[in-house]
Amino acid sequence: MSKQYETVIGLEVHVELATKTKIFCGCSTAFGAKPNTQTCPVCTGMPGSLPVLNKQVLEYAIAVGLATNCEITRYAKFDRKNYFYPDNPQNYQISQLYLPICRNGGVEIETEQGGKKTVGIHEIHMEEDAGKLIHDEWEDCSLVDYNRSGVPLIEIVSEPDMRSAEEVIAYLEKLRLLIQYLGASDCKLQEGSMRADVNLSVREAGAEKFGTRTEMKNLNSFRAITRAIEGEAERQIDLIEAGESVVQETRRWDDAKGESYAMRSKEDAQDYRYFPDPDLTPVNVSGEMLEEIRAKQPEFRTEKMARYREEFDIPDYDIEIITGEKALADLFEATVALGAQPKKVSNWIMGETLRLMKERETDASDLRFSPENLAKLIALTDTKQINSSVAKEVFEAMFEENVDPEQYVEEKGLKTVNDEGALKKTIEEVIAANPQSVEDYRNGKEKAIGFLVGQTMKAMKGKADPGAVNRMLKELL
Amino acid sequence: MNIVDMTATQLAAAIRAGKTTAVEATEAVLAQIEKEDKKYNCYVTVDADGAFTQAKKVQERIEAGELTGPLAGVPVAVKDNICTEGLLTTCSSKILHNFVPTYTAEAVLNLQKAGAVILGKTNMDEFAMGSTTETSAYGPTKNPRNTEHVPGGSSGGSAAAVAAGECIYAIGSDTGGSIRQPASYCGVVGMKPTYGTVSRYGLIAYGSSLDQIGPLTKDVTDCAAVLEALASHDLKDSTSVSREDTDFTAALAEDVKGLRIGIPNDYLGEGLDDEVRAAVLRAADVLENKGAVVERFDLSLVEYAIPAYYTIAAAEASSNLERFDGIKYGYRTEEYAGLHNMYKKSRSEGFGEEVKRRIMLGSFVLSSGYYDAYYLKALKVKALIKKAFDAAFAKYDLILGPVAPTTAPKLGESLADPIKMYLGDIYTIAVNLAGLPGISVPCGQDSKGLPIGLQLIGDCFQEKKLLRAAYTYEQNE
Repeated sequence: MSKQYETVIGLEVHVELATKTKIFCGCSTAFGAKPNTQTCPVCTGMPGSLPVLNKQVLEYAIAVGLATNCEITRYAKFDRKNYFYPDNPQNYQISQLYLPICRNGGVEIETEQGGKKTVGIHEIHMEEDAGKLIHDEWEDCSLVDYNRSGVPLIEIVSEPDMRSAEEVIAYLEKLRLLIQYLGASDCKLQEGSMRADVNLSVREAGAEKFGTRTEMKNLNSFRAITRAIEGEAERQIDLIEAGESVVQETRRWDDAKGESYAMRSKEDAQDYRYFPDPDLTPVNVSGEMLEEIRAKQPEFRTEKMARYREEFDIPDYDIEIITGEKALADLFEATVALGAQPKKVSNWIMGETLRLMKERETDASDLRFSPENLAKLIALTDTKQINSSVAKEVFEAMFEENVDPEQYVEEKGLKTVNDEGALKKTIEEVIAANPQSVEDYRNGKEKAIGFLVGQTMKAMKGKADPGAVNRMLKELL
Repeated sequence: MNIVDMTATQLAAAIRAGKTTAVEATEAVLAQIEKEDKKYNCYVTVDADGAFTQAKKVQERIEAGELTGPLAGVPVAVKDNICTEGLLTTCSSKILHNFVPTYTAEAVLNLQKAGAVILGKTNMDEFAMGSTTETSAYGPTKNPRNTEHVPGGSSGGSAAAVAAGECIYAIGSDTGGSIRQPASYCGVVGMKPTYGTVSRYGLIAYGSSLDQIGPLTKDVTDCAAVLEALASHDLKDSTSVSREDTDFTAALAEDVKGLRIGIPNDYLGEGLDDEVRAAVLRAADVLENKGAVVERFDLSLVEYAIPAYYTIAAAEASSNLERFDGIKYGYRTEEYAGLHNMYKKSRSEGFGEEVKRRIMLGSFVLSSGYYDAYYLKALKVKALIKKAFDAAFAKYDLILGPVAPTTAPKLGESLADPIKMYLGDIYTIAVNLAGLPGISVPCGQDSKGLPIGLQLIGDCFQEKKLLRAAYTYEQNE
């Protein structure tokens, strides 16, 4: 490659909003129900049915707009995007083209060089999701599930302000955290509650005009996004270097093969015949409503990090990890509020929680144990009612089923035995049974005592305080 | 008096008085359908069994004193574009030849609350597109006054059924005159309420921003009673309006003293049949004699109403009718190669000529590059027409004119020249564009014995003034 190229990237990010009901009807949005059980005449596009806007969708869209420094459109409208496809029961999608709810915003990201830059947001609009097509290879037919039809989405359209995969990931992380903190979505790429389409072009370094761009779809993880961006930039540069030109088209990323293929070119682009949906009245955002939503905006990550540094004596690294997931930050704060020592809460999160999350492939938003139970567990160790290895065992049970640690310890008989008589009797038995170790210790082999402590703990079924065992052994020897 | 000759108000009173029953009334009307409908073809579907079941239940509730209103126990016919749960609803189209709705339209539910007995579904122009009921896939309806003539349209089946005693009253829908014009041609009363007064939930949309359900009745008293039952604020319809003044029967008084009535010169000009003009002016004299102040004025913009209407209605229809694709319900072509071929063939074979003409027209005016020149311009014209009416209603309480330029044309005369047919809507269409209420009241007949209709137009939400003037005219005709 003789010339230097610059990659120019803009994103279209779809986020599924965490409303309980769909955007234009009262059907549930819960994930995983039997096909077509969460449907009604509206979201199956039955003749004569009419949409009514779910106000929560509007509030979430505005809240995301405010968090991303957008201008909020005070007189917005919904438009119909017309195209025929069986997952789209009306054969038009209700979306926003002419007057989207948010415009002209931007978020700040950190670049690889450690600097800061702003990624502009062109617009955010509200729209409905489509149903899901299932192709039955055996029966050679297609089935459609309309449970997802009408699930609310916002589409966040960025300006072409990103220049590398790293910047794209930083931007997506920023959006994910803002939206999670708002409670507007859980933003899971794998489950499709956050989806990103990548618009990418390359140009010679220093050139003013943008190159011809392609749009990449089907990117289900940060890793896929990174690979797709690198692959597509390379593909476009190769074309240009070979004297060919980039074709404006939509491409589909195949993560298994690590390559993309063309889905449709611009020439095949449909005319969507957008026009304002006459079934929906224009959306008037009052100053009052705007102020209400503004007042409800939560503490976002940057502010939270600063506050943690001020309030809690925990390492910066812990702060970064804990505030990196809204659910972890919530857990941390709620447990501390119950009186647990921040450092200890942080240790449980950074240690066992993250370890088990990784092992069980659990998302922070899916953690089952309550702050109350974590606080109880910490109290049990603080008061030396259980030792640390028992605590880990109890924690694992909490992680699985949110058991009450006090009850669990009681039922399983895991409490540390503080009965000196019983302990003394056991130690005497251990001393009697291990004359060699006793002799080694008496001959100055300090290490031998470790073995004796272990034997005692074993005989006590782990329910002794190892410190006390150590002390008493030394006395008796 | 014969049951089939009674008005709804008379029949309900007779049932309440124990002189007859809802079941007897249903029997009488079904017998009339049996006897007459072969001649007129008013119905697509007659639901005799269902009607008897409803009549029995209603009769019990009347006897229990639960139903006391002026429609209790009275048999009604419903236009076939209004959804009725479990009862075939075809829009007089082949594409919905087997469509049985899973829910009932709000307007029909409101009638049922008032004790209505649904007889069946009336014939119409396919998807309400037409002015003669000749575009029905189930054969034309004939005018009971003279079977060589059309009943008008699109609610021709409803108007003819009322005129033929095949129901006591009916409901229809009016997008550009589809209630008022057939009422005029068949010599019955028909009203299009202010947009938003009657819920559109369950009305299979033609032009969503123009469609309104309304009554077709034997007299003005019934019209008020039916409208009172139909009107409701429905949260399932975003365009539904909350109104306090829906006690329309309270307006039935002979009192037009001081009422200012304007007759647009534009409505008496070229193209208007002399006999129709004379009848309408005689009707104006009747109101003047009763104390109304009648004046001529220039409304302006009348000639722009038709092109604006056919642009907006066709645009909305092209999108509204996309859901009829043979995938989920309705007609699907026998043989096809792939999805898009299935769409094309199902729709080409399932829709009639006039519907396809309007879908093409609507798709064209919304397509990229033409949207501004046609669709947006039509919306601007619509706004200007509304302004012209606002100016008129600053001077007048009501506007008076003909419903249609001529009396009912002969069968087969209209479809050959669609432009001429479209021009026949000139006096009714602007009312829909401006969202106004309008009523058609019989005002005599021409030399061939065909009925002539008088149209009264009110400002938004002024149905009571309309009903008062119409009632006064009716009593003094």
